Amino acid sequence: MLATSFFQNENFLRVLYIVAFALFIYGLMGLTGPRTAVRGNRIAAVGMAIAVIATLLQRGEGNWGLIVLGVAIGTAVGIPAARRVRMTAMPQMVALFNGVGGGAVFLIAWAEFRNTGGYQGTATYVAVFSVFAAIIGSISFWGSNIAFGKLQELLPGRPITLGRLQQPANFALAAVAIGLGVATVAGAHSQLLFVLMLLAAAALGNAMVLPIGGADMPVVISLLNAATGLSAAATGVALNNPALIVAGMIVGASGSILTNLMAVAMNRSIPAIIAGGFGGGGVVEGASGAGAFAGTVRATSAADVAMQLAYARLVVVVPGYGMAVAQAQHTVRELAKALETRGVEVKYAIHPVAGRMPGHMNVLLAEADVPYDQLKEMDDINPEFARTDVALVIGANDVTNPAAHTNPSSPIYGMPILDVENAHSVVVIKRSMNPGFAGIENELYFKPNTSMLFGDAKAAVADITAELADI
Amino acid sequence: MLVTNLTILVLAGFIGFAVISKIPNTLHTPLMSGTNAIHGIVLLGGLLVIGFAGNSAFNKVILVIAIAFGTINIVGGFLVTDRMLEMFKRKPTEAPKDSEPK
Repeated sequence: MLATSFFQNENFLRVLYIVAFALFIYGLMGLTGPRTAVRGNRIAAVGMAIAVIATLLQRGEGNWGLIVLGVAIGTAVGIPAARRVRMTAMPQMVALFNGVGGGAVFLIAWAEFRNTGGYQGTATYVAVFSVFAAIIGSISFWGSNIAFGKLQELLPGRPITLGRLQQPANFALAAVAIGLGVATVAGAHSQLLFVLMLLAAAALGNAMVLPIGGADMPVVISLLNAATGLSAAATGVALNNPALIVAGMIVGASGSILTNLMAVAMNRSIPAIIAGGFGGGGVVEGASGAGAFAGTVRATSAADVAMQLAYARLVVVVPGYGMAVAQAQHTVRELAKALETRGVEVKYAIHPVAGRMPGHMNVLLAEADVPYDQLKEMDDINPEFARTDVALVIGANDVTNPAAHTNPSSPIYGMPILDVENAHSVVVIKRSMNPGFAGIENELYFKPNTSMLFGDAKAAVADITAELADI
Repeated sequence: MLVTNLTILVLAGFIGFAVISKIPNTLHTPLMSGTNAIHGIVLLGGLLVIGFAGNSAFNKVILVIAIAFGTINIVGGFLVTDRMLEMFKRKPTEAPKDSEPK
């Protein structure tokens, strides 16, 4: 069947796969800078097209109609989704796409199982990798759907947990899934066991993500991203397809790096996040202990803030998710433009976990036309706060809390933060004195150089801009 | 075959780490949606398995779903990443020259 024509020659196909994954890697290298990133993404897309063409050449049997049907459905769903999604909803979108990928992986493994009568006549390693892909794919599919539900607010964002039974339950589900997987590889040839294995993995995916609170979502999304990538790589080994292996491993590496980065930025270990429940037990102590410094809070007015900003040399805006929720990024950009025309230098300090996924805040600000060279990462901006005249904190809370440096009993102690307290003056725009996601009181609000402007972020920033015009 | 595949797997993992660690925080969201698109490569798995002889009707159904899922990843992932990256590309330095409309 193969080798009947040059195009189906196995070596020719292998070369096409090599070209494909070389383009993936080259394309991703373009993502190292905003200038080359668009081209990089398109190069990776070309690589994908080549990989798909190579596969279509390779396969012998028919079923072309079904392939067209599947691709048509996928395109009909994918294009409008990608076109319409709002930038604030990117985390949901990525969670959903992770899930869809995981779903494809476990369905393919299941079809392979059925096709071979339970891996009869296949090498053992094929069964091992296929079963691995099925389990991880199923976890990723269900976990991602729960994450999507939480981010889309279809499900409550607070942790849903079995309490003390949660960890034993997770371990039991994992043990069942692995046990059934081992039985399948050992030659059980039972579809019932295979389906039960998928169901155990599905339950585990639910049980892992349901107990995780909204604030930990950046870690979860990254972790699910890694899981889907690794399951794709395992599918590649089982199907002996190098393009799948390379692409899957790249995604796995990317997801792992981001997971680790997010966990470090939140000062949380990955196992602790998986075990669940920020905003649960441990945090209550911190919250009650925080009452000790209930000092005085100084409220200010929009006119006053406008005055401060107008005569500043350097203003650093510290945006948090609150800004995105209020849809205030465009209003903030207007204020920054007004300041820039007055000769005030404006920069934005972006904490790694600002937003609901890695890099989310940068996208939201880029959408509002903020030039990316004004977006400063934490390590670059922290030394600059000492010469900052006004730090304008908009909808950010825990990432500015000096307790992370000073209070060893605080749950966020040790977390890397933006050192806004070092600025000459700090203005915090906030709805009320309610503590943030972590339920921790923020010492910053009680500092003598801090003043609070209470109100909705968008309205408050618009007020400042209006006052500024009158100065 | 297994050893060759494992070699590719391990090397690809290291290359992935080397390349991805150079990507700045600014671009991490497009990176994630871009990797969404890249793991859409499971589409290939669907295309290969649906080509095997002897797929039952049920297999065909789940494989069509898998192919649709893979396509959603590829098409949606690359498109949305492109949309985001275009926002980063536009006028990085001319902004201070912008004049207020009011």
